[in-house]
Amino acid sequence: MSRDEASQTAERVARESYGRLVAYLAARTRDVAGAEDALAEAFATALRMWPAEGVPQNPDAWLLTVARRRQTDAVRRRHTRTAGEAHLQLMADEIEDAAQSPDDIPDRRLALMFACAHPAIERGMRAPLILQTILGLTAQDIASAFLISPATMGQRLVRAKGRIKDAGIPFNIPDREALPERLDAVLEAIYAAYAKGWGEIDGAGAPLADEAIWLGRLVVSLLPAEPEAKGMLALMLYAEARRAARRDPNGAYVPLDQQNTAHWDDWQIDMAETLLREANAGGPSGRYQIEAAIQSAHVARRRDNAPTWPAIVALYDHLYGLTQSPVVALNRAAAYAELEGPDAALALLDALAADKRMADYQPYWAARGHLAAKAGRKDDAHEALMLAIGLSSDDAVRQYLHKRLEALRDG
Amino acid sequence: MRYMCLIHHDEAALAAAPPSLWGEYAAFNEAMAKAGMTSGEGLEPSSKATSVRVNAGKKTVIDGPYADTKEQFAGYFIVDVPDLDAALDWAARCPSAQYGTIEVRPIKAWK
Repeated sequence: MSRDEASQTAERVARESYGRLVAYLAARTRDVAGAEDALAEAFATALRMWPAEGVPQNPDAWLLTVARRRQTDAVRRRHTRTAGEAHLQLMADEIEDAAQSPDDIPDRRLALMFACAHPAIERGMRAPLILQTILGLTAQDIASAFLISPATMGQRLVRAKGRIKDAGIPFNIPDREALPERLDAVLEAIYAAYAKGWGEIDGAGAPLADEAIWLGRLVVSLLPAEPEAKGMLALMLYAEARRAARRDPNGAYVPLDQQNTAHWDDWQIDMAETLLREANAGGPSGRYQIEAAIQSAHVARRRDNAPTWPAIVALYDHLYGLTQSPVVALNRAAAYAELEGPDAALALLDALAADKRMADYQPYWAARGHLAAKAGRKDDAHEALMLAIGLSSDDAVRQYLHKRLEALRDG
Repeated sequence: MRYMCLIHHDEAALAAAPPSLWGEYAAFNEAMAKAGMTSGEGLEPSSKATSVRVNAGKKTVIDGPYADTKEQFAGYFIVDVPDLDAALDWAARCPSAQYGTIEVRPIKAWK
């Protein structure tokens, strides 16, 4: 194994182990920050030593042993009284036992995710907290993805971790009654991370999207009976499968209907289809399952020329019934245009315009511009496209809309 | 962990509450007692409150509650439970949760 390969292996193993060990150490004390501190040194040592000496047989045990020394030192510094010593000894013994038989280290990652996505944690911090505690991403990495300054992100992460400890947020998988709502929060946090990663299209790779998919797989593997977890993983994979087709060789934006399906990743699509089938067989359809089904219908439509627009509109109807979301209504209107023509769809958009959130919602104006142009309503189209350009944050999308605007002027 | 559950009532909503509320409270108190949690008190309405403040040795007495807000502090109960979720469960069971807000706060542990 070359040094580079060894490095990569070390990093991969470390990433797997990181969340598991943070979860294990923190679940005992609810002290996430303390667990992270203890592990930080262990990981620095591992990434230094493993590439040279090889990855140990039981990486978790190796890391736990190093982290344990660090954690007990830290606790010893805090507790100088004898009572503290007794507790400390007990804790050290327990960790020592766990390090001796790493297969017995219980996997508390899901419990940690549920703690991070607890309703007592500020909603916007749940995804960042999961990314940091389970994957070990730095405040700096997370900050750039969530458009918050690294210093602010760092402070808010510290505060959120403090809350887990101070408010007494439990590390457990909620009981059946509370599970659906709590699982929603976990899935929402992971999907929020994916949605951020979806925008990372220029430049090399898509680290945040990869991490989100990895977390999605983890949740599915730990809760295999939950259809929504599978639905969400399928949804992310459908989107990810199209990543390469979303830009042409010059970096220009390519809408779904013009994408070259040869550039879609069949392996990811197949996996998504399997997950979606399992999810549908597993129980009632939730939001993610329906959204994944819509993506499946788009795949069939583009790849096999299957007439799936009626199914897509019906799925959006169902989804709107569940969510009452104006975003869903907008997507439904765009699909409706394919069945009933642009004028019928524009009438739906007119009804939606009363919702104040649409005023600065870029996709609303892009859809409106697109439909009005199709309907031959040039002034309306011009105004909507101008607004859509002004509201775009993605340069490739802005260029694409400019082209549409030029075509409108020339046509 | 020990938590104090602070009951904040919308006093107008409470005044309009059906008499069955007190039956619900009796059941809630019994359930609390059965679980070994006994400390708690209810307060008279905020119209009966008097507030006092001492500034540079000068005592000021104010007729009324500390803050004139829609939801007024109306009582508390203390639970001793393993974690926040268990405390939130008790808070949600409290009949007052339907007429206002129950704030759940950890009680400071003096080390």
